[in-house]
Amino acid sequence: MATVTLRNVRKSFGSTEILHGVDVGMADGEFVVLVGPSGCGKSTLLRMIAGLENITAGEIDIGGRVVNDVAPKDRDIAMVFQNYALYPHMTVRENMAFSLRLAKAPREVEEAEVQRAARILGLSELLHRYPRQLSGGQRQRVAMGRAIVRNPQVFLFDEPLSNLDAKLRVQMRAEIKELHQRLRTTTVYVTHDQIEAMTMADKIVVMHAGRVEQIGAPLDLYDRPANMFVAGFIGSPAMNFVRGTVRGDRFVSEGAVDWPLPPPAARGGAGEGRPAVYGIRPEHLFPATGGIPAEVQVVEPTGAEMQVLARVGGAPVLCAFRERIAARPGETIGIEPDPALAHLFDVETGRRLSA
Amino acid sequence: MSVTTATPGWARPRTRPGWLARLFDSKPFLIVACLFPAVGLLLVFLTYPLGLGVWLAFTDTQIGRSGVWVGLENFQDLFEDRVFWSAVFYSVFYTAAATALKFGLGLWLALLLNHHVPFKSIIRAIILLPWIVPTVLSAIAFWWIYDAQFSIISYVLVDVLGWRDTYIDFLGTPWAARWSLIVANVWRGIPFVAISLLAGLQTISPSLYEAALLDGASPWQRFRHVTAPLLMPILAVVLTFSVLFTFTDFQLVYAITRGGPVNSTHLMATLAFQRGIPGGHLGEGAAIAVSMIPFLIFATLFSYFALARRKWQQGESND
Ligand SMILES: Nc1ncnc2c1ncn2[C@@H]1O[C@H](COP(=O)(O)OP(=O)(O)OP(=O)(O)O)[C@@H](O)[C@H]1O
Ligand SMILES: [Mg+2]
Repeated sequence: MATVTLRNVRKSFGSTEILHGVDVGMADGEFVVLVGPSGCGKSTLLRMIAGLENITAGEIDIGGRVVNDVAPKDRDIAMVFQNYALYPHMTVRENMAFSLRLAKAPREVEEAEVQRAARILGLSELLHRYPRQLSGGQRQRVAMGRAIVRNPQVFLFDEPLSNLDAKLRVQMRAEIKELHQRLRTTTVYVTHDQIEAMTMADKIVVMHAGRVEQIGAPLDLYDRPANMFVAGFIGSPAMNFVRGTVRGDRFVSEGAVDWPLPPPAARGGAGEGRPAVYGIRPEHLFPATGGIPAEVQVVEPTGAEMQVLARVGGAPVLCAFRERIAARPGETIGIEPDPALAHLFDVETGRRLSA
Repeated sequence: MSVTTATPGWARPRTRPGWLARLFDSKPFLIVACLFPAVGLLLVFLTYPLGLGVWLAFTDTQIGRSGVWVGLENFQDLFEDRVFWSAVFYSVFYTAAATALKFGLGLWLALLLNHHVPFKSIIRAIILLPWIVPTVLSAIAFWWIYDAQFSIISYVLVDVLGWRDTYIDFLGTPWAARWSLIVANVWRGIPFVAISLLAGLQTISPSLYEAALLDGASPWQRFRHVTAPLLMPILAVVLTFSVLFTFTDFQLVYAITRGGPVNSTHLMATLAFQRGIPGGHLGEGAAIAVSMIPFLIFATLFSYFALARRKWQQGESND
């Protein structure tokens, strides 16, 4: 068990800087998810924590010890790779026992640890199999078993579920979460799937182009995104953005559409006459006769909700209605946002204006 | 639901395929048609000369005089022939020593090239050179290198470095000649081994090395527990080919020493040629060539069993 602290961590490959100073603190036993679009540097950061990439500048601290110059095997971490990296010529048992064997652990210890990990992960029946004789989900579990056997201070996961089908992914998500609740080992988990991040994390670190955009608990990020990037990235379907100006108690967008603003106390820096971006999540829009007129373009019923893509004064707006409405493309319906759940962002910087 | 049924009274006509289509659908015909060219070629170009060679081995044919069936007489003669046994010994020794050296150095080169070294592609091209050069050409080069008077090695050792007082007589004494030929063979064989093993190394996923690194493996342990076992399948194939090529080698030895001094460097292949063509005793030469067959079968069988797919490899269903 250990804390992990990243202080102004930078990484360059040659002359191109990939990470531009990352600061993250992870508490002991916390499940931290690094999330961000492809190519933002999540894997690179994780590999730097593991010691597979050197650290160009800054400090990485595991359990109160700066590990910049500590060899990977001495960092007391275990990593689960995206492609699992199971040794194909070793059975499940040998794969899991490999690190203990190298550490010259006594045979009883080795056997006990392998059995413990196999029990936790339900692999006891498969110990004699080779990786190629396992399904994707089982391989994933062996990869986790290999990590568990080592009793590390920190678990590192690099998109461990991306090779699994949708259903198995949901199941393994729950299993990893449960495993964490059981072992309480500090975990750093990389994914580009914001649903995975929301459902698993104690704390989410949203990254974008080598920078940290926001750090916080999943629901904090959902309720109060610090900028338009986080607002658009967290939540599915993504938040709607409409450009316009603050006029008294209303927000007026292109085509003289009036949007209700949050109560004055919550408007923060959005004063009278200020151009801004109005953000509203699809699930915070409701059908209302006499509401804002919206021309329906596409209707997608998912069963649980109706997703309606509409044009409001020229801007595309996606609505996710809980009730089933009989709207057809071409019709005009009325929609009404929940003003308390609306967000305001700065036009230039994209920063959050509302409190 | 009447809309979903097709027009009544009409069914898609079941076309009867023509005789040609049926012919090409019949499996026995396809088997014969596809195998015929290959089998025909094999019969004409492989089986006939091989059969002729084996038949000759049991006759006393000489050049210009067709022989008669003599049974095992040729082999009985060979059994008491010291030169033949020395060729057998040198063939085995030559193969063993050259293969060991080729694999040691080839693996070392492959491992080196698998890392990030500067000018990698140029080095790779250079390594392939000995293999591209025609054997006879490299044999002539070695002939000069080993020459008693003009050897560059002697020149460097004696005149440049001053480490020795006398020129080395590489090809003058049996053991010096034997080792000199082995060195030439190794030089020529390394590219094949190194490039094949490099290809094998590149199929090993780098994340396995990273996983092993995190598992606490030292460089030697990574080689021993990851590289070596994963390289085994391709190593076995390359080893078999290398052994077969080396055992049947002819060009290098014949061009450099012609079996001398005093027959000490004859391989079975060169001796067979020597006896058969310049010596004129076709039957005896064929008998020597035929006695190579058991060795080759042994090498092939060995590889067959060593090559047998390991359990962890793809494509085997045993559990
Ligand atoms: N060895 C390398 N040399 C040069 N550039 C690299 C190297 N490795 C990664 N990069 C670059 O660093 C950036 C971040 O890569 P990284 O693999 O960390 O992305 P990621 O966030 O994990 O993306 P993904 O979700 O696709 O896995 C990318 O722009 C990539 O091109
Ligand atoms: Mg990645």
